[in-house]
Amino acid sequence: MQAAEKAREPLFDGPEWTFELMEKARDAIEEIALEDLGLDVYPNQIEIISAEQMLDAYSCVGLPLMYQHWSFGKHFARDEALYRTGRQGLAYEIVINSNPCISYNMEENTMAMQTLVMAHAAFGHNHFFKNNYLFQQWTDAAGIHDYLAFAKNYIAACEERYGPMAVEEVLDAAHAMQSQGVFRYGRPPKPTNEELVAMQKVREGYESGQSVLDIWTDSTLGRDKLELVEDADYSARRKMMNLPQENILYFLEKHSPVLEPWQCEILRIVRMLAQYLYPQKQTKVMNEGCATFVHYYIINKLHEQGQITQGAYMEMLHSHTNVVMQPEYDDPRYSGINPYALGFAMMQDIRRICQDPTDEDREWFPDFAGNPDWRGVLRDAWANYRDESFIQQFLSPNLIRKFKLFTLTNDAELPNLVVSQIHNRAGYKAIRRDLAKQYDLAYLEPDIQVTDADLRGDRELKLTHTVRDGIHLDEDDQEEVLKHLRRLWGYDVRLDAVEATTES
Amino acid sequence: MHHFIDRRANPKGKSLGNRQRFLRRARENIKERVDQSVRGKSIQSGSGVPDEGEKVTIPTRGLKEPRFFHSSKGGMRRHVLPGNKDFVVGDTIKRPQGGAGQGGRQASEDGDGEDEFSFTLTQEEYLEILFEGLELPDLVEKATVETETIGTRRAGLTTAGTPNNLNLVRTMRNSLGRRIALQRPTTKSQRELEEQIAELEALDERTPPQEEFLEALRKRLEGIIRKRKVVGYIDPLDLRYDTFVPEKIRNSRAVVFCLMDVSGSMQEREKDLAKRFFLLLHLFLERCYEHTELVFVRHTHHAQEVDEETFFYARETGGTIVSTALEKMKEIIEERYPPDEWNIYGAQASDGENFGNDSVRCKNLLLNDLLPVSQFYAYVEIVDEAAEMLLNNPEAGEDLWQNYREVKAQAKHFEMQRVSQPGHIYPIFREFFLPKVKGIQHAGS
Repeated sequence: MQAAEKAREPLFDGPEWTFELMEKARDAIEEIALEDLGLDVYPNQIEIISAEQMLDAYSCVGLPLMYQHWSFGKHFARDEALYRTGRQGLAYEIVINSNPCISYNMEENTMAMQTLVMAHAAFGHNHFFKNNYLFQQWTDAAGIHDYLAFAKNYIAACEERYGPMAVEEVLDAAHAMQSQGVFRYGRPPKPTNEELVAMQKVREGYESGQSVLDIWTDSTLGRDKLELVEDADYSARRKMMNLPQENILYFLEKHSPVLEPWQCEILRIVRMLAQYLYPQKQTKVMNEGCATFVHYYIINKLHEQGQITQGAYMEMLHSHTNVVMQPEYDDPRYSGINPYALGFAMMQDIRRICQDPTDEDREWFPDFAGNPDWRGVLRDAWANYRDESFIQQFLSPNLIRKFKLFTLTNDAELPNLVVSQIHNRAGYKAIRRDLAKQYDLAYLEPDIQVTDADLRGDRELKLTHTVRDGIHLDEDDQEEVLKHLRRLWGYDVRLDAVEATTES
Repeated sequence: MHHFIDRRANPKGKSLGNRQRFLRRARENIKERVDQSVRGKSIQSGSGVPDEGEKVTIPTRGLKEPRFFHSSKGGMRRHVLPGNKDFVVGDTIKRPQGGAGQGGRQASEDGDGEDEFSFTLTQEEYLEILFEGLELPDLVEKATVETETIGTRRAGLTTAGTPNNLNLVRTMRNSLGRRIALQRPTTKSQRELEEQIAELEALDERTPPQEEFLEALRKRLEGIIRKRKVVGYIDPLDLRYDTFVPEKIRNSRAVVFCLMDVSGSMQEREKDLAKRFFLLLHLFLERCYEHTELVFVRHTHHAQEVDEETFFYARETGGTIVSTALEKMKEIIEERYPPDEWNIYGAQASDGENFGNDSVRCKNLLLNDLLPVSQFYAYVEIVDEAAEMLLNNPEAGEDLWQNYREVKAQAKHFEMQRVSQPGHIYPIFREFFLPKVKGIQHAGS
């Protein structure tokens, strides 16, 4: 075996890539990824795209197909301006959580970069998408293309029928509440059978006529049910409307008294896509850490086996080093913690703890310190955690020292910022907890819930913002979003801030 | 299972729809900036609208995508930062100015905090916005006329035709070939023979062999003469004539004459308005013709052809005699721009003042000399902003206005309008071109 590995020829020599060379490289990567690392991936579809197409993909949140909206045009114009003036480079690749797993590689990449990118995206990210529990539970990788195609066509059909301005109005409003359009904690109540049938009819019939639109509307359904409980008190109403409800878009879709069925469907599209993208927001560090670890392992393996030349290896390492660079807090380049850097370091650290544990590691990680199957430990971590829980579980004192992490407390009541924890024995646990919290979306994003709406009474939609740690909403934007919300609800909307009862 | 796809050849402009929606949305903001950028521009081609597009920076109002997010101020936050050097627990750091803390930037999604937004408009988009509402592509086809002259084009050779079309070279070449083939005796050989005969005849006494020789010579000469008669120097068979077919020639060159009164009464404001008008006309025509030229004629009581810089910015004093400019235009046309080769456009800006009865002269010049050779002639009168009465009443006006009204009554391709502020320029421009379209449609139906 050893001899056979030594005898391998380099896969390529020189910077130019061809499809034949990429195929060869892909096969070599696949061998290591599947047989050595034991990854489990969706079939890959690797697409070569130009810079302009990369900008296209950028503007549409990386999705291959997207309905049309002015904000995507705005993002495109901005990214293009930044790119043309050289102030922003483009990613080497974009990868989509779908089955088959689509990754876009830039045509400008050298062969060495294409190899690196394939290892990173087509195997690293791909494995993560297929195996992480959040993606498994919340996204439908096989169905996303069909859904995107449906969304695009549906919205185009709506534009044709109701006019682009009317559609834009709904989309603007829905986009404003994108972050409030996901279920964070619980699944939505399953649609009843009659709802499913009616929804299907609406979709099939979106160009065929008004009649279907009359059959089913969420509002009529909602109203019918409300009539049954005509004298229902507050608690019955809450039960009927599933209150409190964290998913505002879902609530509007089901209960808004003014929205037409097609408008509800648009809200649904926006929240479905928000929900589809939500796990990616929750796993930035892990996802990039996993992909970076995989590409790093693979290029080293390829190099050991003599399958890549010294020059190509150096080029890959150069790029890898740039990606995982973490500037310190007082560096002008500092802009937060680099998820690549933290993720990669944590994966490497887990491997180290398995292979070469110190006494400290054994004390902190008794479950896996010294476990000979580091591949299994990593795969298990990739499958069962999200950023917050992953950091809480796996960040070691070793890494805290390496990054020289410290916690700065910013209390508006005090005149100065206070260094509350540093990388010492007393601080490890607290720093780990604080860092984990920085990746908890439920904490980062405002907690706003629908708490009441009396359709029989004043029809005012009541929202409650649970204020934690005294952090309120940005007022300018809040007003703007509420305007959108009023448009969708049709009646007055009130947003109350309530201090959280338990300090977390 | 696994495969590669080359997407590079996919049709471009996947996000074109998004861009159009974005431009529509930002129209107001963009238009404001485009208008500003026009003001500072030269109207000469090249310096006007760059081919690669125009960079605009617009305010983000109306383009905001609001979201619920945490305020960057107040409350209690903890930030974990890398790179501790010498802090120990309990150290205090001055709050960064603005009190935003490190969390601030992250909160504002998509950089929406920026007030301005820069991007590049393509030249097409730039002009589209500049000529907003003009529905340019449609209008261009109908509103601009390319002159057509009937020219002739060579169309080969024929064997029949009029003598003036005789193609000598071809005819002579045929003749030569035929003469060589049929061995037509040359004049030279005939002359030599005749000389020999004359020599012999000149002798007083001839010996019998000489007599015989002479006889033989005479016979040969006779043969030669006969053959030369039979084989003509030029035979009808040799004749070749050029043929010409008539053909329409489209002229895709245009010249725009910018005529402006620069006498003391024309101030900065008036000139700025005039400039915008000229700029629009030039930009508009530049899209229709392969090649456009600008001629700047300024006038006081006498007219001068000048360059753009002088035209707009130099000062001149004197009276006002409008006809001098028209004379000058006529002169330049005669000198340099034959109407059958050039599409001539005239644009005149003035504050409406003219000397004595010169306006009648202007009318005649226009009707008799200029309008017959022009595609279009536009007159804008720049009036005081306070002179609303004039704006609303096309019948009122001074001498020049009244005379031009008569011109308008007689010539379809003459247009006149009053303006008092930049906002008027686009609408009148549209008016100038719209009636014309209607006219053509009527003619067609």
